[in-house]
Amino acid sequence: MGVYSKLVLDECIQIGINSVFIVSIVSTFIGAVTCVQTAYNLVSPLVPLTIIAVIVRDSTILELAPTITCVVLSGKVGSNIAGGLGTMRITEQIDALEVMGINSSSYLVLPKVLASMITFPMLVILAGFLSIYGGYIAGTAADIITPEDYISGLRSDFKPFSITFALIKSVVFAFLISTISSFKGYYTAGGALEVGQASTAAVTNSCIAVLAADFLLAQLLL
Amino acid sequence: MIEIKNIQKTFGERTILSGISGKFLPGDTSLIIGGSGTGKSVLLKCMIGLIKPEEGQVLYDGRDFLTGDEDTQKAIRREMGVLFQGGALFDSKTVLENVRFPLDMLTNMPTSEKMERAQFCLQRVGLENAADRMPSEISGGMKKRVGIARAIVMNPKYLFCDEPNSGLDPLTSIKIDELIREITDEFKITTVVITHDMNSMMEIGEKIMFLYQGKKMWEGTSSTITQSNVAELNEFIYANKLLRDTKA
Ligand SMILES: Nc1ncnc2c1ncn2[C@@H]1O[C@H](COP(=O)(O)OP(=O)(O)OP(=O)(O)O)[C@@H](O)[C@H]1O
Ligand SMILES: [Mg+2]
Repeated sequence: MGVYSKLVLDECIQIGINSVFIVSIVSTFIGAVTCVQTAYNLVSPLVPLTIIAVIVRDSTILELAPTITCVVLSGKVGSNIAGGLGTMRITEQIDALEVMGINSSSYLVLPKVLASMITFPMLVILAGFLSIYGGYIAGTAADIITPEDYISGLRSDFKPFSITFALIKSVVFAFLISTISSFKGYYTAGGALEVGQASTAAVTNSCIAVLAADFLLAQLLL
Repeated sequence: MIEIKNIQKTFGERTILSGISGKFLPGDTSLIIGGSGTGKSVLLKCMIGLIKPEEGQVLYDGRDFLTGDEDTQKAIRREMGVLFQGGALFDSKTVLENVRFPLDMLTNMPTSEKMERAQFCLQRVGLENAADRMPSEISGGMKKRVGIARAIVMNPKYLFCDEPNSGLDPLTSIKIDELIREITDEFKITTVVITHDMNSMMEIGEKIMFLYQGKKMWEGTSSTITQSNVAELNEFIYANKLLRDTKA
């Protein structure tokens, strides 16, 4: 196996697999809460209960799974990338790569960007599934909706493009988060204090970029 | 041979290096000495291309390093080994992986040969037992020694060491000095060592360059260093009481 494919694989584990836990927790609860709150807002007996499932499904796929997941990941992955690269910069590890004649940005940054663009869509699919499932558990456990109604709601009036849209968003967000954080980390100068500042800047900047891109993509594609 | 000509470097308003020239010959261990903050590390970084000086030239056997084309630069980089002041070990890799890293990235050697070479270099710095530890689990002096092993693993033509023996006990320090001199003689390496250490100055300083506030104040050998009449240099070397007494 080539050096670079191994690097990308390592980063996939670091960035993707290590985020599965936090993404699962967040998305399950968000689905559950969406279900309960939608039911709370639907007081009219004229509206069929299946609507709850429709709302959970659509808000999950269109917005909650891709955007909330990526905001969470901008915290976890963004600080991890910026902190890691920043530390390598101030301890001269990046300089060491450069004097060996190794292109440090393609050695360090490219695998992170690629790994993010590979794993983020997978995490978003997982998040979508768990969020809808979280809604199911909360809805049936609290006797808000019967399993049959929930399932039939999920299946009614489904637009496959929303899945495509969610995946497009996840790839764009992955690119934004990984490049912004890498930039902040790679160009750290100073000491440990600056590494902390670079991490913070990476998280806030990529968070804002994700939300701005979210708005733009919604305008462009929907 | 490495030749530097009129190196000039400023950071903002502050002039760090002003007009430094010199020659470093193959088979010689050349020392750069001087007080803390005088610009020794900056000079070294200019020589290895990590900092771009405003003015000046760095020639590796006649090849211009700073303005040369990319292939020339790459070729020169493959021929140099650098020990950074803090070791600069990759902290996600074990000691052995660190030493093997240049071989992995830059050569097509079979794995068994790489292992052998890496282990041989670790042995030379006396760390064959620490091969599987992480950099965070070894001491500062050990990091330096791993850094040296990594710097020599590719059989460099040019070797740069930024304070190879600061933070080492006297015995290990002497061993490192001997190692540097041995490999320099053996493979006719052009070696440039930055040091504060009077012992190494006397032991391995075949050629010594003294920097003071970014200027080259004196140049000579270890046998003539005690007879100079440069006030700043005398102050620097006779800071050590033992030496001051011997002079008096
Ligand atoms: N990247 C930089 N930006 C601004 N100033 C710098 C930078 N690097 C070094 N300096 C300044 O250049 C001067 C020389 O630093 P240098 O690291 O070369 O000292 P040194 O001679 O190696 O000292 P020491 O023996 O303590 O390692 C210092 O005053 C330092 O503040
Ligand atoms: Mg220094």
